[in-house]
Amino acid sequence: MPEQLFFTIEVILNGLMAGVLYSLVALGFVLIYKASGIFNYAQGVMALFAAMTLVGIMEGRIPFAHLINAILGTKIHHFGWHVNAVLALILTMGVMLLLAWLVQKVIFKHLVNQEGIILFMATIGLAYFLEGVGDLMWGGDIKMLDVGIPQGLNLWIDETTYNMFDYGFFIDNLDIYATVIAAILVFVLVGFSQYTKQGRAMRAVADDHQAALSVGVSLNFIWIMVWTLAGFVALVAGIVWGTKSGVQFSLSLIALKALPVLMLGGFTSIPGAIVGGLIIGVGEKLFEFAVGPLIGGATENWFAYVLALLFLVFRPQGLFGEKIIERV
Amino acid sequence: MLSTTEGYMTPDGRQIGGVVMEMKNITLKFGGVTAIEDISFDIHEGEIRAIIGPNGAGKSSMLNVISGFYIPQQGEVFFRGAKRAQLKPFEVARQGIARTFQNIALFEGMSVLDNVMTGRLTHMKAGIISQSLWRGPAEREETENREICERVIDFLEIQSIRKTPVSRLPYGLKKRVELARALASEPKLLLLDEPMAGMNVEEKEDMSRFILDVNDEFGTTIALIEHDMGVVMDLSDRVVVMDYGKKIGDGTPNEVRNNQAVIDAYLGVSHD
Repeated sequence: MPEQLFFTIEVILNGLMAGVLYSLVALGFVLIYKASGIFNYAQGVMALFAAMTLVGIMEGRIPFAHLINAILGTKIHHFGWHVNAVLALILTMGVMLLLAWLVQKVIFKHLVNQEGIILFMATIGLAYFLEGVGDLMWGGDIKMLDVGIPQGLNLWIDETTYNMFDYGFFIDNLDIYATVIAAILVFVLVGFSQYTKQGRAMRAVADDHQAALSVGVSLNFIWIMVWTLAGFVALVAGIVWGTKSGVQFSLSLIALKALPVLMLGGFTSIPGAIVGGLIIGVGEKLFEFAVGPLIGGATENWFAYVLALLFLVFRPQGLFGEKIIERV
Repeated sequence: MLSTTEGYMTPDGRQIGGVVMEMKNITLKFGGVTAIEDISFDIHEGEIRAIIGPNGAGKSSMLNVISGFYIPQQGEVFFRGAKRAQLKPFEVARQGIARTFQNIALFEGMSVLDNVMTGRLTHMKAGIISQSLWRGPAEREETENREICERVIDFLEIQSIRKTPVSRLPYGLKKRVELARALASEPKLLLLDEPMAGMNVEEKEDMSRFILDVNDEFGTTIALIEHDMGVVMDLSDRVVVMDYGKKIGDGTPNEVRNNQAVIDAYLGVSHD
């Protein structure tokens, strides 16, 4: 019996840590949606693009090498150097900043005051464009990403728990690091939005555009800032997921896993994104563990969406979303 | 055209300074509709300047031109002696022109204090690192800004609702919070778009008192829009009267009150 209990606890712990990863992706959505009302379909592709760029820079790949070779008939691929992970990280952040600036300048500057669905369509376009550019820039092959985060069974936890309970917990090092990184990220984001001038301006823009303008806030600046922040969050998500399962196209599909998280947590709430992610993570692992064997398994593929569906029916604003009340 | 840079003395003995803002031959069109046609007027430092007129006269459009929300097709705007380039609304705000809105534009999700604090955004200079660490210049700056906000809050008698989310406040109080936010920025020119709209008599009296007190206490230059003649005449030093996008009168309340064109516009006249 205790074995069963410990195993359940282990499942919950693993679920929590998987949930953190979902939260990471969902956070990027919330940031942009709150400040600009744009539901950014491209968030997943941004994570992919960020991870690709990071790998590309680290391995010293030449951007657009295939394109250059095809046009000029050359055979260049690598600069022949390797870039230190930290430096590559900073350079990638620079690229994400540039991307944010371009996105605002080229697309959304011209779509101010448009309907939500039009903005959403624009982000779908952005997603496909970015996916193509990512492939063109860094090649479409599956890349390994190693920024030095340890992976695999954490022996210390395994041994300690085995000595204490006669049951060794299987916890992946990567999951532990991901949790710590996500916690720091959330801490920084909340601190930023609550206590800095730019954060206050960001909340102001999220609340009322006209009023924000009238107190001297540049909407353009804030939107670029928000897209940059979302880019950084995407980068973090891309690093963690990329380390776990390689940098490849399927990385962009993590955005789909963030959708149920948003339904649960609400589109406008940062704590909602966290709690939503955790609930989904734990929920799907527990469900698979408890009910999976009875109905043939593979419940992880659909559990999150069914849960989201239930929420849509009974609590459409999510756990933490603002209740929509229309005064008549 | 009146364009003296010297000040003047009001009947109740207040010394008014020189011209702080001058609008020259402003024309604003929306497609085929001319909202403002060739209007010029000025605002002196320290005065309460009203823009009045019947509905649809172009008053709000004029205010939006001053605050940069609309860009006129023709005309020039001079602010503090210099010709103003085409600025975006947030740049106008950074120059020291604060405003309120006819339909109230507050940050509904924030508390009253937070709303008023946003009025200080343009005055915050500390770097992001310093702000995040809450040390050095940022800490000092926050304390200073907070003090200014608390003074404004005291002045407008909204201490008791400082922590209340704005969305829960009644209309009259929201208007006052909006005024507080504008005041917190210590504006060189304060624009009030129908500050008394939708208020009952008591609230109107309160608001009038606050406007007068603000002008008196802080020496703030105020330009306001109203269509309630009675309120405006008691409040303002000089009045611009607009009708169908044209200026039909300009002067002290008494001059304007006796102006035939103004009387016609307000009471209606048969054109035959």
